[in-house]
Amino acid sequence: MEKTVNQRAWLLVLPVLVLVAFSSIIPMMTVVNYSFQDSFGENIFFWVGLEWYQELLRSERLWDALGRQLLFSFIILMIEIPLGILVALSMPKKGLSASVCLVLMSLPLLIPYNVVGTIWQVFGRADIGLLGRTLSDLGISYNYSQNAFDAWVTVIIMDVWHWTSLVALLAYAGLSSIPKAYYQAAMIDQASRWNVFRYIELPKMRGVLMIAILLRFMDSFMIYTEPFVLTGGGPGNATTFLSIDLVKMALGQFDLGPAAAFSLMYFLVILLISYVFYTVMITIDKDEAKQ
Amino acid sequence: MASIALENLAHSYLPNPGGNNDFALKEVNHIWEDGRAYALLGPSGCGKTTLLNVISGLLTPTSGRILFGDKDVTASSTAERNIAQVFQFPVVYDTMTVGKNLAFPLRNRGMEAGYVSERVQRIAQMIGLEADLHKKARGLTSDLKQKISLGRGMVRDDVNAILFDEPLTVIDPHLKWELRTQLKSLHREFGHTMIYVTHDQTEALTFAEKVVVMHEGRVVQIGTPKELFETPAHVFVGYFIGSPGMNFIPVSVTGNKAHINGNTIHLHHDYGNPQGDILLGIRPEFVRLSKSDGLPVQINRIQDVGRHKFINATLFDTEINISADEGFEIESDMVKITFDPANMGIFCDDWRLNGKAIDHGNGGTV
Repeated sequence: MEKTVNQRAWLLVLPVLVLVAFSSIIPMMTVVNYSFQDSFGENIFFWVGLEWYQELLRSERLWDALGRQLLFSFIILMIEIPLGILVALSMPKKGLSASVCLVLMSLPLLIPYNVVGTIWQVFGRADIGLLGRTLSDLGISYNYSQNAFDAWVTVIIMDVWHWTSLVALLAYAGLSSIPKAYYQAAMIDQASRWNVFRYIELPKMRGVLMIAILLRFMDSFMIYTEPFVLTGGGPGNATTFLSIDLVKMALGQFDLGPAAAFSLMYFLVILLISYVFYTVMITIDKDEAKQ
Repeated sequence: MASIALENLAHSYLPNPGGNNDFALKEVNHIWEDGRAYALLGPSGCGKTTLLNVISGLLTPTSGRILFGDKDVTASSTAERNIAQVFQFPVVYDTMTVGKNLAFPLRNRGMEAGYVSERVQRIAQMIGLEADLHKKARGLTSDLKQKISLGRGMVRDDVNAILFDEPLTVIDPHLKWELRTQLKSLHREFGHTMIYVTHDQTEALTFAEKVVVMHEGRVVQIGTPKELFETPAHVFVGYFIGSPGMNFIPVSVTGNKAHINGNTIHLHHDYGNPQGDILLGIRPEFVRLSKSDGLPVQINRIQDVGRHKFINATLFDTEINISADEGFEIESDMVKITFDPANMGIFCDDWRLNGKAIDHGNGGTV
């Protein structure tokens, strides 16, 4: 077959190219540009090479924030995934109650991040908040703005409250795709409740759970609004996660160069972890299918 | 092992069933004798699967009782009933190997390892999966998966009954014969009570010693394949068994005579004076074409299917089928038919009437 060369075809992809260029490529390249330069304002820049990167890698501040970030993501995954599965398992399978449940479950997902932060910030206040006041009246010491542990607990509860529904809805979708005959066969085979979960429900939920873990990991790794609204990263640096630290550096101190280097490394870390995670999951999946 | 008795058993999927039509399974009384092979035959949606699930305990019946031997198990769980069931579509535990799948029902009952592996080997050999025991069940074809399901159904040797719910639907035709034969030999070997649900009459008639025919949630006849063929108890059985099904001709009956359009057909039995919708039933195999005797027909078409010829004809507005042997020569002036008197049945409002035997010296053809 004869191929006709028609360069005008480029015009068809042009709108997308322009859009992507303005929304991603140009801003990103600006950041790359900043990360190799120093500025003292008035738009005067000096080339500094890899200095910002070297400095950041040596700074304890970044490593501390990264450590907090990893710990946070790990904790919320350990809570939200099992809890979401548990919620999905106990949801009604059909009828009006199932619809009501689904709507109620979706509500937290519709609330904007900063509203979630504000809700819990007020709710937890020791002087006027329902939760904070109740706890202190019960004689339990709780103050998220002074105690680092309390601040962590509050941020974690906030995230669990906000996002467990997502995991539950995904798991519920996985569960409802299981044909009835599987449960009937399990009854005939006299499988215990645990075995039904282990050999029927869990394998069928695997695909959606992989997606849930990936989504929750990426999202929690970039958490900003909730701890910012709650304590602004405090007390001290207790809830200063990577993105809070980044904003402090870029906007608080207006250190454009180091902040740019920080963003790029941050981006690469998320990309790398997600990529490794995804590849491992897919490989396990393929291997099992082959055997 | 014990016989399974159904007493006034009925089931409805509605919470408050009203009339008869709300019942997916209408009242049935039946005893499944210990160690026999039954087929449950009927078209889709006639209540076969409902009946099966009630027996295995997956469904609790709306009314009536189920007895295993003398023991009332109506409220017992599936586990307590100790019944095996194979479903229409393959159910395998994806993450387990074939061997573990087969061992699963035994492990769940806490059998010892030696016994388990011996049984698994034996069953794997029977269904031809010995070589695949260490493969993951997930990547297998649906043929093989269904074989695993069958194997899991047969792996326990102490079950009260094995129920099959159209188990060969997804199996290739050439394998169907093979597997059905294996099921039969398994039945001979172990003597389990087997109930085999199907909508395929060939499958039912070749598998079972006794066939239970269901129609619209009701058991209409229980009998050997021969009885179903020769003396169907209900018009539906006549239609459903045999290919083509039984011919039904509207007649009126007094005593041992049936009247149709001014012609009289002599019957073998005395039916008194039945009122209602009266039909004369006769299988295509027992209708003969002739030149001079009998009732006049108009021949519509003739089909030659190899071993038989099927003739479609019209008898006083009723379409009837006639089956003739391959060697039978059909001539153009054969425009009359006769019925074999021994094989005629009279049906009143869909049910077969049992006539009184009478002495009829001259053989009583038409």
